[in-house]
Amino acid sequence: MGARHVWPAEGVSRIPYWIYSDPEIYAREQERIFCGPSWNYVALEAELPRPGDFKRTFIGEKPVVVVRDNEGSINVVENRCAHRGVQFCQKHLGNAVEFMCPYHQWTYDLKGNLIGVPFRRGVKKQGGMPADFDPKNHGLRKLKVARRHGVIFASFASDLEPLEEYFGPSMSALYDRVFDGRELRVLGYSRQLTPANWKLMFENIKDPYHASLLHVFLVSFGLFRADQPSKVQMDATGRHGALISWRGDQKKTEDNLDMKSLIDNFKLQDATLLEPVREFPEYTVVMTTLWPNLIIQQQSNTLAMRQLITRGPGAFELAWTYFGYADDDEDMTRRRLRQANLMGPAGFVSIDDSEVMKFSQAGVGPYPEGAGVMEMGGRDWKDEQHMVTESVIRAFYAYYRQVMEI
Amino acid sequence: MSAAERYLTLNSRDLRLELEELYAAYTACLDEERFEEWPEFFVEQCLYKIVPRENFERGLPLATWLCESKGYLADRVTAIRKTAVYAPRYVRRMVSGLRVLGWKEGMLEVRANYVALETLQDELTRVFNTGQYRDKLVVEEGRLKFKEKLCIFDSLLVPNSLIYPL
Repeated sequence: MGARHVWPAEGVSRIPYWIYSDPEIYAREQERIFCGPSWNYVALEAELPRPGDFKRTFIGEKPVVVVRDNEGSINVVENRCAHRGVQFCQKHLGNAVEFMCPYHQWTYDLKGNLIGVPFRRGVKKQGGMPADFDPKNHGLRKLKVARRHGVIFASFASDLEPLEEYFGPSMSALYDRVFDGRELRVLGYSRQLTPANWKLMFENIKDPYHASLLHVFLVSFGLFRADQPSKVQMDATGRHGALISWRGDQKKTEDNLDMKSLIDNFKLQDATLLEPVREFPEYTVVMTTLWPNLIIQQQSNTLAMRQLITRGPGAFELAWTYFGYADDDEDMTRRRLRQANLMGPAGFVSIDDSEVMKFSQAGVGPYPEGAGVMEMGGRDWKDEQHMVTESVIRAFYAYYRQVMEI
Repeated sequence: MSAAERYLTLNSRDLRLELEELYAAYTACLDEERFEEWPEFFVEQCLYKIVPRENFERGLPLATWLCESKGYLADRVTAIRKTAVYAPRYVRRMVSGLRVLGWKEGMLEVRANYVALETLQDELTRVFNTGQYRDKLVVEEGRLKFKEKLCIFDSLLVPNSLIYPL
């Protein structure tokens, strides 16, 4: 790393703006974070119920295919033909008996093994592959796969800890609240392209400070607010984090005078949008960020995986998979679908975030020499029993700096 | 003759003219950001959805935007005016290829293609969203109103945020 990549002396209470726009940093993130020893979310098992079902997705910016084979195992392979690198799978979701690259029709089984090379023995004793060409050495590159309670993770690294260890005990407990082993049901997809660095998305979901201020809708309906009982939690490394809150009322009190955006007596004309029922123990909102590409959303009864796919230093795709449980009754499904209005590219709440992330990139991008001040709630990081803190963001960057060696 | 009966007896050319007028008024209302008037194009018990084509084709129920009543539409307008934070923009909608499928169970089924162009301050105008309207209309207060309006969009990857209705 060059001289321009010197982290401010204050440590993680400062975030230098070059990390959001520098192509060299972006390339290093791809190599060390997304292709490094990390478990990347790729799919829900409910998306691939039958043998041959596949899903085309990305880790960082690298295309991969997640596929269930005839034995019921899940395989994750690079979406790149072993021959000349063609991205052979072009459908988001589908079912296949085998994968064939359209260019020269090299064919792979559902485990990624090369099973067919046209003209391998030549035509009329002319041409063909060398006699010692062994298809076993030319399969698709296979990633390491881990599954837990219906969710599939993959890693380019061969040597890394099991998933539960990777999450750590506190994050595993929060994960198991939603993924308790019940069969999941996919409700649908939403995709958006945000012109901002991928880390700004993570920062946003690790930042309870903004939620009470930016989100008039959230605040006015008491869905998530600083004067409510709340806490932030991290794993031992700081790479994962969770914002946790209990729903409260929507009154103006002394504690929320600073929330200029709180509109008193704000009423919906159609209240069916917000009629949550208690579904999970204790908390009403848990937003979990799992390093390096997943946000698990449990806001009241709306559940979604938000998968981060990087698109260069200045953009990311956010792929939302909304789900419920296979045993949900009709009322619960309707509730989930209604509350989905809060989130996504047209979400009552998340519109504010996608817009502000764009404003962030527009400010930090042209000023790489600047740095953000991250001192709310202190300069170090630890779990807190409130949300007036940027602790979770500092934790993220403490780990990020180790991995990136910057 | 009641207004509803009048619509039922219109010949296809006149009905088409009525619909052309209605869709022009609808898009003008939105293009000119007269959002408060937008719910008036719908009946009280209505359904308005913006749905990614991939969900629609797979039979997945999730909508990007779901309104199940006129009140719901009004709540969206309140969000646009009072709660949502977003950059200034112009959105212009083009409707073409209007097809009248006919009356079914008292509702007039209409389909049309639409394109929404978005202009942000420091950027060139872009195709923001394109897809198909699948609409059902009924006669209320002497005019055609939407009972159901589905916007099934091809442009799966939404350019950042969808703030104004389509």
